[in-house]
Amino acid sequence: MGEITVEDKAVAVPGELLAKGMDCIPSYGTYREGENVYSSRLGLVNVSGKVIKIIPLTGVYNPKRGDTIIGRVIDVLVSGWRVELNSAYSGMLSLKDGTSEFVARGADLTKYYNLGDYIMVSVSNVTSQKLVDLSMRGPGLRKLSGGQILKVNPNKVPRVIGKHGSMVSMIKNATNSKILVGQNGLIWLNAEPKDEVIARNAINMIAENSHISGLTEKVKSFLEEVTGKKVEIVERPENEGNDDNGENSHDNSHGNNHGERNYDRPRRNFDRNSDRPGNRNR
Amino acid sequence: MSYNERFDKRKFDQTRPIEAKAGVIKNADGSAWFKIGKTEAFAAVYGPRDLYPKFMQNPSTGILRCNYNMMPFSGSGDRVRPGQNRRAKEISMVTEKALLPVLDLTEFPNAVVDVFIELPQTDAGSRCAGICAAAIALADAGLPMKDLVSAIAVGRIGDQVLVDLSYEEEAFEDDPVADIPIAVLNNSKQISLLQMDGEVPKEMLIKAIKLGIDASKQIHDAQIKALKDKYSGDSQ
Repeated sequence: MGEITVEDKAVAVPGELLAKGMDCIPSYGTYREGENVYSSRLGLVNVSGKVIKIIPLTGVYNPKRGDTIIGRVIDVLVSGWRVELNSAYSGMLSLKDGTSEFVARGADLTKYYNLGDYIMVSVSNVTSQKLVDLSMRGPGLRKLSGGQILKVNPNKVPRVIGKHGSMVSMIKNATNSKILVGQNGLIWLNAEPKDEVIARNAINMIAENSHISGLTEKVKSFLEEVTGKKVEIVERPENEGNDDNGENSHDNSHGNNHGERNYDRPRRNFDRNSDRPGNRNR
Repeated sequence: MSYNERFDKRKFDQTRPIEAKAGVIKNADGSAWFKIGKTEAFAAVYGPRDLYPKFMQNPSTGILRCNYNMMPFSGSGDRVRPGQNRRAKEISMVTEKALLPVLDLTEFPNAVVDVFIELPQTDAGSRCAGICAAAIALADAGLPMKDLVSAIAVGRIGDQVLVDLSYEEEAFEDDPVADIPIAVLNNSKQISLLQMDGEVPKEMLIKAIKLGIDASKQIHDAQIKALKDKYSGDSQ
């Protein structure tokens, strides 16, 4: 008879014995050796029925099909753009998926996305060799102008978004800012300078305290304290099936940001050393 | 004269005091600090990240790249010249080979995982301390790993078999000395590093390795504690 030897939601380290017996099913982050199931990653144990998996707490972003992410254009090619994804692999945005306009042969592609531009894209395909295809087709996918880019650990993105986007929409309402969260850990933030600082501090606070429960309440009291306003926690159940709730700011970001710093490029707001353009800083 | 009592009054199968901590370097993807006696090691893991020059890329798996470095005034004697030397290259290479059996980088083709090991202070057993720190740092970086690796030096002085030699003991002159660093995979008790400096009869070698495998349990406990402490206060 099988037996699970760890508690649900405990921290497991690589090589730790999780369960004995053949009737426990090893899932993500675990492996079976002989009759026992061991952990192969650092993370939180998640037991559902007989299935054991590990929810990772750390690690760099690994591109996955269907993710909505923020990338930076690093090269303009003959028929597309190469995009840096805050990961070990860069993505390819082809002309066909990059714009819906007609583009004449030999046209200057920097007109659409130039080097250094930040764009919100979705991952349309990832091959076994980790060649990543990107697409701009989908709601809310666009070039990001103005604002700034923050960086958090990609494993903490679900906490930044919150249940049905509760966390991110709370910050957006409290600071009157526009926020887009990419699943690769890059966050675009655009607001008045005073509010921008508050929103940035709130996001950093979430990233640092992501493993604490009752975080939404804590962030709420922080926001109430600094803004001096009453803050409501809003859940948006109508966005079900789309866990990247940052996208809904797309609707109100059309039209009302004309004339502002619309054609500026987002500022990078993270330590340059912690940036990951491969070997460039070695 | 035979070596009946250790210079620091330890038992022959007793290690020096061990301390470890995970997540000590903010900019790294994973990091750790490991201290055994007066030997201290920091390990920082970066990656998986893209790898250039391109000829180094391996399309079937990600590669591991270790770099062992002793800081200029880390030893008890003269200043060590900083940077790569023959010894550092060798230790970097054996560290890599000691850690590879537990790592599974097939998820990251063409990429590299960089491990930088820095030693601010050394008193023998520095490659073992480096491997222990690197194992914690790799786990902290969230990489798929079958197990943790624990490394310890064993050896003999005269007729005595002992674990975790200090520099004083390594330099003992009156009796023949052997210094044998080993690295142990904790679940399977397989050995992924076995080197030797000095000479040793077969029976003593077998006995020394057995002592080392027993002592590696303590190191393993310290490594687990370091990783779990990073997330203590975890109520979620």
